[in-house]
Amino acid sequence: MTLAQKIEERFFKVLMILATYFILFILAIIIYSIFEKGVKSISWEMLTQIPKGGYYYGKDGGILNAILGSLSLATGATVLAFLIGLPVALYINVFLIRNKKLVNVIRFLLDLVWGIPSIVYGAFGFMLMIFFGIQTSLLAGILTVTLFILPIMIRSMDEILRTVPIGLMEAAYSLGSNKSETAFKIFTRQSISGIITAVLLSFGRAIGDAASVLFTAGYTDNLPNSLMEPVATLPLSIFFQLSSPVPEVQNRAYASALVLTLIILIVSLFSRGIGKRYHKTKINF
Amino acid sequence: MYLLNRQQRHVVNYSWMIVSLLLVAFLPFFLFLGLYLKSFLLLHDYSLVDLIFSREWRPSNGKFGFYPFIVGSVWVTLVAMIITAPICLLTAIYVTQYTKKYFLRIMHPAIDILAGIPSVVYGLWGILVVVPFISRYLGPWLEIKTMGYSILAASLVLSIMIIPFVLNILIEIFKSIPTELKEAALSLGATQWQTVKSVLLRKAMPGIIAAFGFGLARAFGETMAVLMVVGNVVRLPKSLFDPGYTLPALIANNYGEMMSIPRYDSALMFAALLLLIVSLFFNLVMHFFIVKYNKY
Repeated sequence: MTLAQKIEERFFKVLMILATYFILFILAIIIYSIFEKGVKSISWEMLTQIPKGGYYYGKDGGILNAILGSLSLATGATVLAFLIGLPVALYINVFLIRNKKLVNVIRFLLDLVWGIPSIVYGAFGFMLMIFFGIQTSLLAGILTVTLFILPIMIRSMDEILRTVPIGLMEAAYSLGSNKSETAFKIFTRQSISGIITAVLLSFGRAIGDAASVLFTAGYTDNLPNSLMEPVATLPLSIFFQLSSPVPEVQNRAYASALVLTLIILIVSLFSRGIGKRYHKTKINF
Repeated sequence: MYLLNRQQRHVVNYSWMIVSLLLVAFLPFFLFLGLYLKSFLLLHDYSLVDLIFSREWRPSNGKFGFYPFIVGSVWVTLVAMIITAPICLLTAIYVTQYTKKYFLRIMHPAIDILAGIPSVVYGLWGILVVVPFISRYLGPWLEIKTMGYSILAASLVLSIMIIPFVLNILIEIFKSIPTELKEAALSLGATQWQTVKSVLLRKAMPGIIAAFGFGLARAFGETMAVLMVVGNVVRLPKSLFDPGYTLPALIANNYGEMMSIPRYDSALMFAALLLLIVSLFFNLVMHFFIVKYNKY
């Protein structure tokens, strides 16, 4: 090795190490600044009360409306997306397994849909709302977010279902089960941990996205009580409180951001843990 | 035990699957058609070239020029990509080629957390950290007057947001390169970096381009975080330290008033249509790079 080569080798290795630790460093800074700002201003009162009169000028109240609103919106959307997504993922992997070309086309379409920015879904949802004459409401929000998380849900289930060995399918057929039984009883059971992970992943996406609910879910100081009424969401409450000139309200935005980040971290921790838990129903080949 | 017999259950399940599949498969077409029909009013009255290259944005006077927004979006996206690309490439090479397996096990949760943080929180972090950094330190140091809310702030926040996305794809790509190739290069006397440079990067090039392309498309459509730090001023940005405006921010900021001004709603739907077309186009092209990569 010549000296120049040695220097080049060294130089790039140092660069690579720097880049890697830079990413870890940035992550640490983000987490630190959110916690540092958030912990200072979070209180029990914030988590358990709805905004009272003058809340947005720094008076009493909390963000319970946004917490419950976000949870109900994300839950509704996740359930709906699951009901549409699971059959699609199963259909691709059980019924179409011999038709590789069609499967590839469907996967490609799903990837295309996955790449569409959430603001486009928001605009589309808003357009549908006007077309059908619906006001901003929990229902409109749920429907829009469902469209947005569908590709994420299906593709992550698909990644798990495609690892189910073909021998399992043949065994099920040879015992006399038909295709839909094989799909819903055998395939789902075999990949249950992956399916739960997919659901949790989609839930995390649904609860964190603001652009798609901006037009469709609206905002309110009340607790969510009906599908047809507007609902508050955490990302939007962070956004609105942050644009206030009052420092107390801004502090609450930091606290709200902490709550949202914690919810998402807990969900993602859960989804990591669950992969290890559900091994009992899985047949190992 | 069951309400329906076996055959009936099969029929129900089967139709459930088919209906869901059709819904999902036609979703991009629905999106495109809906937005196109909605923006048709605008496209009917103005020529496409006018809309895209006119600089005047005064909806109340019927002037819809998208040029400042398109330029703003392109600047923010490109600068973000220029920052992200080398960092992701170097990190991906490092964690797949230079470190032991356990290091990837540390990196993966870190990437997951970065990917999971919602965009509003990134925006908040931008306001807390990036904007003051630019207005108090970077601006004065370079002797440029800046508010902090600028194209650069948006690019910096955006570049961090797309790191997990690009990095994940790159790691997958580098992992899929067969070890024999590297061993062959090493056995011919190449150093580790030479192997990376002349074998790994060359082999992975279509994949790397695709990863950057996907990241670009993702960055182009990012709304909330950019909206919060970019400044939202309708003007052609002259430097990185000027405030700007992007297409997604335009839609998000003005949905409230769009029903009161004629053709305003059409204009915003046209902006959404532009975003959709850019995103579909990029993903389409990059998909072919990935296909090409997989063929080798």
